[in-house]
Amino acid sequence: MPRRDDIHKILIIGSGPIVIGQACEFDYSGSQACVSLMEDGYEVVLINSNPATIMTDPMMADEVYLRPLTVDSIKEVVKEEQPDAVLPTMGGQTALNLVSDLQKENFFDARGINVIGVNIDAVEITEDRQRFRELMEEIGIDQCKSRTADSLLDAKEIVEELGGLPIVIRPSYTLGGTGGGIVWNYDELEKKVLRGLELSPVHQVLIEESIYGWKEFELELLRDNNDNVVIICTVENVDPLGIHTGDSVTVAPSQTLTDKQYQKMRDQAIKMMRSIGDFAGGCNVQFAVEPGTDNIYAIEINPRVSRSSALASKATGYPIAKIATKLAVGYNLDELNNQITGNTSACFEPAIDYVITKVPRFNFEKFPNVDEELTTQMKAVGEVMSIGRTFTESLNKAWQSLEIGRAGLGADGYDDPDRKTVRQRLMKPHWDRLLHVRNAFKMGTSVEEVADITQYDPWFLQQIRHLVSLENRTEGQTLEDISKEDLYELKQNGFSDEQIAYLLSQTGEKVKEDDVREKRKEFDLKPVFKVVDTCAAEFPAETPYFYSSYEGENESETSDKPKVMILGSGPNRIGQGIEFDYSCVHAVLAAQEMGYEAIMVNCNPETVSTDFDIADKLYFEPVYWERVLDIYEHEQPEGVILQVGGQTALKLGKRFEKEGIHIFGTEFNMIDFAEDRGRFSNMLKKLDIPFPNYGTANTVDEALNIANRIGYPVLIRPSYVLGGEGMRIAIKEDELIEYTDRILDTHPENAFLIDRFLEDAVEVDVDAVYDGDEMHIAGIMQHIEPAGVHSGDSSAVLPPYSMSDTAIEKIKKYHEMIADEMNIVGFLNVQYAVQGDDVYVLEANPRSTRTIPFLAKATGRPEAKIAVRVMLGDKIKNFSKKDLTSTLEHWAIKEPVFPFDKFPEVKKELGPEMKSTGETIYFMKDFNDEHFKKPYEFKNMYLSK
Amino acid sequence: MTLPERDRAVLALSDGTVEHGWAIGKKGLTGGELCFNTSMTGYQEIFTDPSYYGQLMMMTYPHIGNYGTMERDDEAPKVMIAGLITRAFSEEFSNPMADGSLQKYLERNEVVGISGVDTRKIVRHIRTKGVMNAVISSTELDEEKLVQKAKDWPMMKGLELASQVTPEEAQTVHADGPYKVAAIDYGMKQNIVNNLQERGCTLRIFPAKTSTEEIEEWDPDGFFFSNGPGDPNATAEYALETVNYAKDTGIPIFGICLGHQLMALSEGIEVDKMYVGHRGANQPVKDLDTGLVNITTQNHGFGIERDKVDEEKAEITHINLNDNSVEGLRFKNFPGFSMQYHPEASPGPHDSFYLFDRFVELLEEQQTEQAE
Repeated sequence: MPRRDDIHKILIIGSGPIVIGQACEFDYSGSQACVSLMEDGYEVVLINSNPATIMTDPMMADEVYLRPLTVDSIKEVVKEEQPDAVLPTMGGQTALNLVSDLQKENFFDARGINVIGVNIDAVEITEDRQRFRELMEEIGIDQCKSRTADSLLDAKEIVEELGGLPIVIRPSYTLGGTGGGIVWNYDELEKKVLRGLELSPVHQVLIEESIYGWKEFELELLRDNNDNVVIICTVENVDPLGIHTGDSVTVAPSQTLTDKQYQKMRDQAIKMMRSIGDFAGGCNVQFAVEPGTDNIYAIEINPRVSRSSALASKATGYPIAKIATKLAVGYNLDELNNQITGNTSACFEPAIDYVITKVPRFNFEKFPNVDEELTTQMKAVGEVMSIGRTFTESLNKAWQSLEIGRAGLGADGYDDPDRKTVRQRLMKPHWDRLLHVRNAFKMGTSVEEVADITQYDPWFLQQIRHLVSLENRTEGQTLEDISKEDLYELKQNGFSDEQIAYLLSQTGEKVKEDDVREKRKEFDLKPVFKVVDTCAAEFPAETPYFYSSYEGENESETSDKPKVMILGSGPNRIGQGIEFDYSCVHAVLAAQEMGYEAIMVNCNPETVSTDFDIADKLYFEPVYWERVLDIYEHEQPEGVILQVGGQTALKLGKRFEKEGIHIFGTEFNMIDFAEDRGRFSNMLKKLDIPFPNYGTANTVDEALNIANRIGYPVLIRPSYVLGGEGMRIAIKEDELIEYTDRILDTHPENAFLIDRFLEDAVEVDVDAVYDGDEMHIAGIMQHIEPAGVHSGDSSAVLPPYSMSDTAIEKIKKYHEMIADEMNIVGFLNVQYAVQGDDVYVLEANPRSTRTIPFLAKATGRPEAKIAVRVMLGDKIKNFSKKDLTSTLEHWAIKEPVFPFDKFPEVKKELGPEMKSTGETIYFMKDFNDEHFKKPYEFKNMYLSK
Repeated sequence: MTLPERDRAVLALSDGTVEHGWAIGKKGLTGGELCFNTSMTGYQEIFTDPSYYGQLMMMTYPHIGNYGTMERDDEAPKVMIAGLITRAFSEEFSNPMADGSLQKYLERNEVVGISGVDTRKIVRHIRTKGVMNAVISSTELDEEKLVQKAKDWPMMKGLELASQVTPEEAQTVHADGPYKVAAIDYGMKQNIVNNLQERGCTLRIFPAKTSTEEIEEWDPDGFFFSNGPGDPNATAEYALETVNYAKDTGIPIFGICLGHQLMALSEGIEVDKMYVGHRGANQPVKDLDTGLVNITTQNHGFGIERDKVDEEKAEITHINLNDNSVEGLRFKNFPGFSMQYHPEASPGPHDSFYLFDRFVELLEEQQTEQAE
């Protein structure tokens, strides 16, 4: 069946602000859905409250509604737009729940609006554990055995039925799994059952067979209207069952299943998808497999595009969201082409000839006292994906991508734990468990022992032990005597030059990263770039989607066109998330408009920037110096753009400059200059611009001296950080000592700053673009919360609502003075503190910021694109009036969203360290609006000192 | 923990391409037509598929050997491939159900192999240059000599290989059911036997060159012509007699892969060597009867082009969605149908098991008719 002609206008619902468990993967899916529908000639209406998304760009849909994701706003939009259909599967659980709620009132049916991409019944079945269990029993799919107990005696009987301990207890009808957990011994059983019965409002607990230690798998499915089903990707979790898949290290394809086991799982997945309804679209199914048996249990099924489908899309090259959308509007799989090869069918199952590793990124350091143990509730804020021809290569690359200062999986000089620590960290799942697996092997522990403790499949452990064997061999070698063959083998296993330098320094003289690079050049060892093509090279591919490896043949042919290399922002984390990906995508578009070939480098599978059809060439690679330089040397672009990839990209600036590589836009020494408080303050002094009194310290004593000089309260912060990492306000000496100690622990190499903290000041965030002659102010945002709360955590109002004209004029004047003095070309963000008519400069950031997309959405201007075009040589005077005129009628407010519900043990307080994961935009007409009144009333409540 | 000792090995293609790597399996020299398979699971089933007899198998998925080997995954009593090429061979494995490592299995089956090769490069090479012969050696390492050996290796085209893998004696596999099927074994996979047996077909598995008299004596209700290696045109020289005999009996016939090609040849439909064969477990095939698409297991280097099918002789029932090639035929002059791909899977998706049902339905119809 071709596309449906009975529907013309389709409403897509987004997923709202970024929260843990629902991040920018839904910008990827929503954007793909929009593109997919628009290219088929449908009119697309989009609702989403998240301004940082690409999907809410005017070019993505015919009508974009930046409104809160509530039942009421959807009703409003439907009333205004009268769509024929609604597609709820691209906006995560948020969108599904909204449509489900609306459908309970018969809202869509009553208006003759089709819900496409899923049956609402399917959503209900999959969310209702009991109905799901019954359905699975009916179709003969195995699950964990379980029964409910109303008393301790009952519970004990059930435990016997299930074959004894361990078992899992789940109190009925408690929120978020409260009171549940695994029970290992009979004392615990009694305690936990009684507690569970007490906690349960219906005095009931579910006693479930424990499948702790089973292997976990996920399958991504697509089904069309003709009931054809294909499996796009199989993902194997390296972490055994018991850890949320979002928090697990995962690989694709499956590594440890025989074909018979895999096909059994495939059959079951298809059966399950067919059993929950007859919709056309995407679906994700999770399974547990008992090691050493053919036993497979179904865990859950999600009838929508998910984080895993984003990963599966990037892992295979198959655009799941785009195709799922086409299926939802009537196409069948065999009517669609595989866009990667161009001329084979989309109705197939990708074959891959590389290994994908996904590693989650956590932000525990932002939440003191947080419980870091990984459980069934997701705690990761982002993830990286890496591609290698082997698991070991892709594993090391993943650790290079994480941007946590590591040069790979260990072997970089950071590890020196004792046996006891290693054992403890292996016993319980933590973010760094794989590192400790490596440490255990370094201490000579056997694969069997580590497998016994961690329940990791031994195959993964054998691979990591192989890495350690290579480490050991290399430690006995020197830079002079290492052979080409041995060095090549290290590179093939993903070791970075930095790791190799460390290993070669063990016996001989200290070897530096650059020395290893030199040595590689001597040996003519450089990476080749392979194509992600969905078909293991069986057919020619048209898509420029590459990854590096050390092998025989290079497939990435370079063109003669002038090129720009754009560095992405790596994994999502608090303080650096989707907002930067937004700017990256616009940088690509701007570069293309200016006639450049745009080359994107990034390693975040959740993003739009890593879609194969955004840039002219995509390198799915760590934003890590060695890898980036390899790509640079291969492509020879005219220069690089670092100002859109957050600190990830900027951190590499010094090294680009040292190599003599052109950085577009503001000169790098000026970017560096902005971080150097001393030089920056001298400049402000020279310009006669006020700033809070401050000092730079390297030790506790220096900090105390400065504080005594400038007076308490003081703000302490390490330099070169984003999202206020490690920032604290100290009101007295002992606090200052405590915080300073902490910074010295976590950032030993950085000097840190002690600022006089301006009490009761209003904080103002200003983004602008400067081209050397002219300034374009993107927006002046006034924070509702007082100075001291991180700007990313503040509710910001555009334009200012309670500042004097004098102050605003001063800000504009200062901004231009700073831009001119720093020779800014492109972005300039400055944060100001305002007391009455007095304006103080807090800091300047000559780069794209978190607020750029918010401003673009609030004003209707393509702010990121304007800035990048200016960086590439365009002038503000060349832009059309439309591009430079704001469409904002009243006020727009940016509202932060916090993850405190995921970390109940953490105190809910705000301060100079950013804690929010995402934000929404809200347009208000006046200050009686709840969205303004609420934060305003509570503005002083949260400040943590 | 020290790194294991390794021996060097060389892969030499007949066009002069040479790759270096490490020896796996048995040490020695081997040669054959170089083909690749894109399946990501099921290496043991592939290695024991008799259709691969005499071919060098290159797996496109880099890690091979991860879950060891186990008896139940054998598709034939011995390894059929002539040699193995991988990117990252796993000598160690993790499957508690396995009998042993793939290395031990290859040694036991005397298979010579090479690992550490840029397999993707070779796939792209064959894709553009067409299929060719190659040798793998871990004894002789001289590049020139090996290229010459690859050049001298017998070409697959015109090669009759089914007689090399067919059983020496007929054998009966009993099933709990009413049908007797004569299976002509040109290198039949075990899962074909299993699928027919599960559906109530008692099989008499006959060697490829069994006389029609001997088959007639057993008095079958249906015929099955199996998959197998080599050039179907070469096998046809002796096999068409059996196929024609089967057609004359008027009882249902089912053919898979080589069997399918023989049935087509018997009707005058040409079967040609493909530029690059289909080998993998992800090929989309559309059943034109139902409109449904099955993801299929394929392993063939010879095939039938659509325009070669005479409508008077046969109806095309299945096509490959990637290249539109013929995947299934229903014959007009006798009650039979045949599949180019492998509905028995193993390895691969189980989507096409229904074709065995179709065959059994034909047998059932015949019995009903006879009863009336």
